[in-house]
Amino acid sequence: MSIYGERSRTIVEIEALSKSYFRDSLEIPVLRNLNFSLPEGEFVALMGPSGSGKTTLLNLIAGIDRPTKGKVKVAGTDLAQLSEGELAKWRARHIGFIFQFYNLIPVLTAYENVELPLLLTSLSKSERKEHVETALGIVGLSDRMHHYPRQLSGGQEQRVAIARAIATDPTLILADEPTGDLDKKSAEEILELLSRLNSEFKKTIVVVTHDPRAAEKAHTKKHLDKGELS
Amino acid sequence: MKILKLAIKNAGRHKLRTGLTIVGLAVAVMAFGLIRTVIDAWYAGAEASAPDRLVSRNAVNIIFPLPLSYKEQILKVPGVEKVSYAHWFGAYYTDPKQFFANFAVDHHTYFDLFPEVIVDSQTLANFRSQRNAAVVGQILADRFGWKPGDQVRLIGTIYPGDWDLVIAGIYHGRDKTTDESALMLRWDYLDETLRATVPVRAGYVGWYISKISSPAEAVRISAAIDSMFKNSLAETLTQTEKQFQLSFIAMSGTIITALRIISYLIIGILLLVLTNTMGMSARERISEYAVMKTLGFKPFHLVQLIADESLFISLSGGILGILLTFPMASGFGEAMKYYFPVFETKPQDLLVAGIFALCVGILASMFPILKATRVSIVDGLRSIG
Repeated sequence: MSIYGERSRTIVEIEALSKSYFRDSLEIPVLRNLNFSLPEGEFVALMGPSGSGKTTLLNLIAGIDRPTKGKVKVAGTDLAQLSEGELAKWRARHIGFIFQFYNLIPVLTAYENVELPLLLTSLSKSERKEHVETALGIVGLSDRMHHYPRQLSGGQEQRVAIARAIATDPTLILADEPTGDLDKKSAEEILELLSRLNSEFKKTIVVVTHDPRAAEKAHTKKHLDKGELS
Repeated sequence: MKILKLAIKNAGRHKLRTGLTIVGLAVAVMAFGLIRTVIDAWYAGAEASAPDRLVSRNAVNIIFPLPLSYKEQILKVPGVEKVSYAHWFGAYYTDPKQFFANFAVDHHTYFDLFPEVIVDSQTLANFRSQRNAAVVGQILADRFGWKPGDQVRLIGTIYPGDWDLVIAGIYHGRDKTTDESALMLRWDYLDETLRATVPVRAGYVGWYISKISSPAEAVRISAAIDSMFKNSLAETLTQTEKQFQLSFIAMSGTIITALRIISYLIIGILLLVLTNTMGMSARERISEYAVMKTLGFKPFHLVQLIADESLFISLSGGILGILLTFPMASGFGEAMKYYFPVFETKPQDLLVAGIFALCVGILASMFPILKATRVSIVDGLRSIG
């Protein structure tokens, strides 16, 4: 089910995935030979200590980083086969990304921030308006749509960021520490919202988190330590 | 909401910085326009030249005169319709620092050759009937408060002594480019005085002006005049009036070249100012560009975003600068009207200034564009908080 109607979507398949970073000639392995699959409609919490490679794995699934070895297949597409341009187009269609620090554009209103990814679609202005208002309605910010980020609280900013992530009705929602910069109450609201997106709209969600409450909301917990998944 | 709107909003993020940059650009564009106008003013005489007038001067140097007898010979050259002559007088009025052009001219023929110099019949009659009469331009008359009938005393430098003149009348320019700041006295008054005081200097003129039948004949007629006086004591060099004027301007060539260089340096400074502003903006927004890439925006979207912002700033500065050039040039022209009688900003100078502002906008965005498009999303996101 989609926030805009019925739909049947996809899985994440990761095979023998390795990722290393290089500092001069020194290879620093981050992920080692990971195998991982994610059924549609799943809500996964990816946990682990700092430096364990959680964000790197999320970036690889989002197609914003390239693996050193192995295969990442999302929504039936082998990301290694896509050029940078194709990957950008693919991300716009399939990925909704939520950042720890919200990353809203400060000179745009909540409405305009949510509309931003929709500018890449062929939707008309009135269709974009409908999508933006729906997304902001879902996150409970219909009355704040013409506020700038500086006029919103941290929790509200993160809700705008979630609205931006769901506005294009993506296949997969990826959240990198979405409650990491929030107070307890705001964090609970955000987790509740993610949980609702999963249960009510059947969105597939992967959350990178240190927060045990976030893990509790997820159906599945995955632990990543020293580049290995358990 | 489109990319352009976001670019304009981005430009307004640091209002003081953007405002100062726009003002800086405006001042630079205005300075460029003003300098180009000064250069144009230098060339105004040449621009006002008629293509059917030739000037014959001494082939050695303009400071050496030509015999009066050449007039009748030049008139015989096929294609020459009228001939007149003039002589640089080089006197001043009360203060040597108050320079103005003054010539001794043939009172019978001179104004016939210059239809752009409008002299009414009464003035012309006065000029032709009184030996020490002088005709002055409107700007010069305004400068010294001269009116027809006034007696004025010029102090000679080339021809020392006091020269008492009577203002016969005031001439006006037919065109905007006509100089209205000169004084013309009668050559015969000069010559008769020289015959009495320094006879050896009498009987000479500074240059001849020939009205020819067709500009297309200029080369042939010039060659014919010069060949007529070949191997004489005073060989001639005959040029079109424009070439003659340009030869004067060439004497100030170094100053004009320096002004040209300064005008281009200003454009260079303008480029540095905007590049600095855009560079700072791009550095601050690397994480935002990474977020936009994550959302699916492609490098060309970022190119558009940054270039639009840069162009918005540069064109705002450019347009403001162009608008400021008019009152500035007007004030400058008014203050310098005795030195630059024709001081008018040309549309093409402002067009060039506008094109430079456009180019600067494009060039200044190059470095930030390269930075924004080359940085990987992961590296860009790492720069967050």
